[in-house]
Amino acid sequence: MSHVALRGVTRVYPGKTPVHALGPLDLELAQGEFFAVVGASFSGKSTLLDVMAGLAPPSSGQVFFEEKQVQGVPDGIGVVFQEDASFPWLTVHDNIAFGLRRTGAPEAEVAAQVGYAIEFMGLKEFARAYPAQLSGGMRQRVCIARTLVLKPRLILLDEPFGALDQQTRLLMGDELLRLWRETGATILLITHSLDEAAMLADRVGVMSARPGRFLELIATGWPRGRDSTIVASESFGKLTSRIWTLLRGESLRAMGHA
Amino acid sequence: MKWRDPLILVFLIVILWQVLYALIGDVALRSPATTAHNLGTLLSDPRFLPHINETAIAFAQGFAIAVVVGLLIGVPLGAARFAGEVAEPILVALYSIPKVTLYPVILLIFGIGMPAKVAFGAIHGIVPISIFAMNAVRNINPTHLRTARVMRMSFLDLTLKILLPAALPEIATGIRVGFSLALIGTLLGEMFGSQRGLGHLLMQAMSLHNIERILALTLLLVVFAAGINALLLALDRRLHARA
Amino acid sequence: MRNAFIVRIAIVVVAVGLLELLCRLGVIPSFTMIPPSAMAQSLWSLLASGRFSHDIAATLANVGIAIVAAMLAGVALGTALQGWPAARRTLDPLFATYYAVPMYAFYPLLIVIFGMSDFPQIAIGFLLAVMAVIINTLNGLDRVPAVLLKTARVHGLGFVQEAFHVRLPYAAPYVFTGFKLAVAYSFIGVIGAEFITSSRGIGYEISFAYNNFDNPVMYAMILFILLLVITVNMSLHAWERRLLSRRRRA
Repeated sequence: MSHVALRGVTRVYPGKTPVHALGPLDLELAQGEFFAVVGASFSGKSTLLDVMAGLAPPSSGQVFFEEKQVQGVPDGIGVVFQEDASFPWLTVHDNIAFGLRRTGAPEAEVAAQVGYAIEFMGLKEFARAYPAQLSGGMRQRVCIARTLVLKPRLILLDEPFGALDQQTRLLMGDELLRLWRETGATILLITHSLDEAAMLADRVGVMSARPGRFLELIATGWPRGRDSTIVASESFGKLTSRIWTLLRGESLRAMGHA
Repeated sequence: MKWRDPLILVFLIVILWQVLYALIGDVALRSPATTAHNLGTLLSDPRFLPHINETAIAFAQGFAIAVVVGLLIGVPLGAARFAGEVAEPILVALYSIPKVTLYPVILLIFGIGMPAKVAFGAIHGIVPISIFAMNAVRNINPTHLRTARVMRMSFLDLTLKILLPAALPEIATGIRVGFSLALIGTLLGEMFGSQRGLGHLLMQAMSLHNIERILALTLLLVVFAAGINALLLALDRRLHARA
Repeated sequence: MRNAFIVRIAIVVVAVGLLELLCRLGVIPSFTMIPPSAMAQSLWSLLASGRFSHDIAATLANVGIAIVAAMLAGVALGTALQGWPAARRTLDPLFATYYAVPMYAFYPLLIVIFGMSDFPQIAIGFLLAVMAVIINTLNGLDRVPAVLLKTARVHGLGFVQEAFHVRLPYAAPYVFTGFKLAVAYSFIGVIGAEFITSSRGIGYEISFAYNNFDNPVMYAMILFILLLVITVNMSLHAWERRLLSRRRRA
């Protein structure tokens, strides 16, 4: 019984010249799995996220979440987007509390949960600040905290660390792993960084150039308690070179098309 | 595409008018058709001409003064950074006050008659023109100026070939806005204190409860103002598209 | 930045001082203008005596009603039009031409239809103000980033909830700009209408004083309006800047 299942999914953007962005592709994610998608630019990775989250309907095929077909955004899914999605008119605290307050939970509980998320994401000193006063990375942490606090069973992240430097990315990766272990959620991470995908995921899906399909699904075999120190291991190097070998041809192709 | 939307809009407005007429009736309104007819009659009436003349002359003079004075104020303020910074809030404040409040002062200075009307129109037009001119000059790309220096252009050359074309679109917008506001100012002045002109006729028609004339005059003013503005807007867009 | 402020104050002080001097010396005759100090004195005693309190109250009430009506209608219409692109496109020429039309020209018509009550004045103020609110509301709503709308969908917000909890809050600073303009336009519309013809209000009293050669009263009231409007508009402008600065990057 898979947590998320995509069967024969394609996505074509309508218009004067329709764009065949995704598929046909099949994918099954197990409950609590950490799955990374890595691929060339414009390969349809974000489209995959949109379809999986119910933000865009598949042009053909079906999407299932917890055995039910996805129509609109189902309950229990959290999404962290590539662009900054923090609400500029709310403080960090109120941003994180946003979704939780809408569930009608009592204010005391909201405060407790939000407080915990703020601590977890290292935002304690900035709880009363506005997003405009924070750096890009911190705003992403706010978005992650806002998602986390709702305890989603499936978390989708689209290049969440895009604007950050390499070292910060590695550390944020550690945080993401910690979050994953704490919540036990299924995670789908989209990234253009091979290192990031190889380090974080249980399985890596290498996506082709448009229309995006999986060239290969590679199991990494890492233990659950991993962190960024595995980057130094030999098997890590083998993994990333395998991914790159697959991707190289596709990246050249994508650049030729782009 | 470009002509379809305004036509649909005009059509909708006429329909709305007709519906209002159906609801309110002859006690306070006339139909679009009747009004258009009345306006035609009015325009061909020889006694009407002097009033149009009065308003037109007053407006033309007021507008001309507004353009000249507005540019004379705005351009130097745009060029001199600090002066512009000092002056801007003052100009913005002047823009937002009800200039109608100053009319009695103007009447006291100029007395009732043409000079006062010209002044009304002028004060309404000067402020937006100077604000736009100031911004137009201020926002000239400094790289243009440096290029001109490198090319050793004379001051006249610089002004005519670089400064003027660069500032023109924004200044044109200011002049367009000044045009409309000067017209409103002239009209308002005539409504408040005058014995001749379209504004005066409008007030006279109101006190006589002459609904047909009120509507005919209102229609004339609205069509004229909207029409000229539409033309100026097209010109404005053409200038901005080039820039 | 502080220098400009000081220079500005200095300019105003010098201008008023010059006026004072010219009036006192008789260069400007007293039947044309009275010295600013006399204006201030007259205003003070008028306010203290409460002679025009009901006029002031009437004008402010009418301006207030125009503002509230313009905000409610403007935000509602702006939000509705944002979701109906075809209607918005058709109305576009109206947006472009609206402020060129002499709105006061409709005043006589309104008086004929509704009689010499407060309504025509409020209507003129409303008509001038509402368009500014619509335009600025549209501007703000246009700028809502797509990612925030996606976030709203992920949180399961319906259309109305999305408008209230995401789109309007994002657009709030721009709606505030519309509010600032609505205030300025409501004053201009109501007071202008009172001038043209009215039975009460500050504009009416100024007009009455003018017709009765009562310069002290007339100038006092003119000064009152100028001070009031300038103070209100400047405060709103400062508030607007604060709201926008909180959003610097948005």
